[in-house]
Amino acid sequence: MSSVATTPRFKLNAHEALTDPRLQRALVHARNFVPRRAAALERLPEFEALRDSARDIKDHTLAHLDLYLETYERKVLEAGGHVHWARDAAEARQIFLDLANARGAKRVTKGKSMISEEIGLNQAMEAAGIEAVETDLGEYIIQLRNEAPSHIIAPAIHVTRDDVEADFRKFHTDLPTDRDLARPEQLLAEARGVLRDKFLSADIGVTGANFLVAETGTSIIVTNEGNGDLTQILPKVHVVIASLEKIVPTLEDAAQLLRVLARSATGQDMSVYTTLSTGPRRSDDPDGPEEYHVILLDNGRTAMMGTPFEDMLRCIRCGACMNHCPVYQQIGGHAYGWVYPGPMGAVLTPSLIGVAEGGQLPNASTFCGRCESVCPMRIPLPKMMRHWREREFERGLTPAVVRYGLKAWAFLATKPTLYRWLTDVNLRVLALLGRKRGRFSWMPFVSAWTDTRDFPAPQGATFQAQWRARSGATE
Amino acid sequence: MSARDEILSHLRRSLHVTGKEAPRLANVASRIAGHPSGVIPARGQGDAAARLETFRAEILRAGATLADVADAAEAPGEVARYLRDANLPATLRRGDDERLAAMPWGDTTLEVSKGASDGRDLNALSAAFAGIAESGTLALYSGKDNPTTLNFLPENHIVVIFADDVVGDLEAAFARLRAKFGAVVPRTVNFVTGPSRSADIEQTLLFGAHGPRRLHVVVVGGASPLPLAGEG
Repeated sequence: MSSVATTPRFKLNAHEALTDPRLQRALVHARNFVPRRAAALERLPEFEALRDSARDIKDHTLAHLDLYLETYERKVLEAGGHVHWARDAAEARQIFLDLANARGAKRVTKGKSMISEEIGLNQAMEAAGIEAVETDLGEYIIQLRNEAPSHIIAPAIHVTRDDVEADFRKFHTDLPTDRDLARPEQLLAEARGVLRDKFLSADIGVTGANFLVAETGTSIIVTNEGNGDLTQILPKVHVVIASLEKIVPTLEDAAQLLRVLARSATGQDMSVYTTLSTGPRRSDDPDGPEEYHVILLDNGRTAMMGTPFEDMLRCIRCGACMNHCPVYQQIGGHAYGWVYPGPMGAVLTPSLIGVAEGGQLPNASTFCGRCESVCPMRIPLPKMMRHWREREFERGLTPAVVRYGLKAWAFLATKPTLYRWLTDVNLRVLALLGRKRGRFSWMPFVSAWTDTRDFPAPQGATFQAQWRARSGATE
Repeated sequence: MSARDEILSHLRRSLHVTGKEAPRLANVASRIAGHPSGVIPARGQGDAAARLETFRAEILRAGATLADVADAAEAPGEVARYLRDANLPATLRRGDDERLAAMPWGDTTLEVSKGASDGRDLNALSAAFAGIAESGTLALYSGKDNPTTLNFLPENHIVVIFADDVVGDLEAAFARLRAKFGAVVPRTVNFVTGPSRSADIEQTLLFGAHGPRRLHVVVVGGASPLPLAGEG
């Protein structure tokens, strides 16, 4: 993974993604999320009511976040755990390295955590001579490939089965070279075997948290593989890394959010393993970690409070917005250039790394609104992307061509007669030129469009002209 | 200023609060004390028989197998039968939960050992404190006689659940947890819905990713009028 953003070169990234046949083959599988979610909703008539409930819970929590954080901290301490507050990524990394070094840790297993990606924890461990082992199958695959996740719940969605086989042969060199790895089951079995040894020999287990419960001081993780559980129960030390908006007031509130999370993410009613962890092992427990630490990360979240982007802090990282996004479906996650792709990434990235670096992402939207329509937390993603576009424009970060283009359009749009005359002529010419093929594969000034798809030829009359003709209306 | 104080004061500036306002403190205190339930889907509700029926159907849907036994004395025999029919070795690692300890394990030829798993056990047995009808979910807690490692390390996981413990929803399972433990919940509470799986290779669904490949549920005392479904 990489914490260095390639977001500023988003357009180039997207262009490369569109012309990468291997990626395009892999991305076909990402479309399976859409019918699976639809089938899960079909079985739950209360889903829309649950969305309202989930939104209200997070709004209530954010409005009282300072108090819930204090309550949560007190409960973790009462259960024998520790809470470490981190203002930014560097501070969070340092807290972790200090914990690891004080315990002489050599090997650290990891459950899937986007916050770990956000703070670049693996690189920090590598630099400190600590072996970081990703244990989620998808995360493990991309760690071997030295890549970033391209999806927040299916990190290796851009990788094909053939790629995985090649990677396993390259890295699992102590296994027989003539072994059969043709079937996905064989690949999974091999990863299970390799990672089992790591689980049993790790000094520290790091997980993220889907929710932090203030009532009980509990961290909740949700997985299908069980890797998060092996990560947090086997080593002597369990470290949870979570951003502070993961707080929910009570277990009942967590239950509401769990009902929309898995359905929105994978189309399951419940993920296979939903696990509540509260403090370290108790005096008579036969297993579990001896130490329990939580690193609470801010990294720009408090700065979003009270701004038009506060609603984004409701996000529970289900991935439904990217699964349903026509842009994500075409270019995948890497083109977005940082940790969070798709519509939620387009809103969150400029908030966390700045509009100068991440300002291009909110432009990667057709404003079709599918993201908002599927978001279980009812986050108004298109509205927030529009806010970012406005800020980008206000700060003069929009390219000159776009700025002058908008000015020219504004000039025309305020002169209806001239506008109608120009569009009318323009359409007639285009219709004439394109009448044979019905589309253009090349056109001056709009190569950004025609490089990757045809431009349809107009029918010959403007909308207004057709309207007048059909309705017989006069001005 | 410490990171903690700086984050909290930044947050309070953004919220235009001091953290000492009585109505806000009261909101938080009452929410936590009252822990109100939100929207509960109708699917898991109904009387005990209806809940059990939904529970069975949802468990099978989640990819687990299921068998009914009339009483606790029959559970060891069912466990032995399951392992035999699946061509698995007649060994079993189990916790010493009182519900399991009371069962006649000596009546079987199973080689039974007790305690946490070190990763070498093939088959494990746990007791669930609740079953959740809505989603076919088993709820298990950690404690002296209930090692968490048994739920994840072995390849084959068998869970015993008493029919009386099948509730409608997650909220009802939380209520049972609070009734038993009060404010201090056990270190680990596992909600398990089917066997371990991954779809990380081309979205192909595969079982047995890191946790158990097989999950077999033995329901005690809820004898079904229907023939046993989804075994093996």
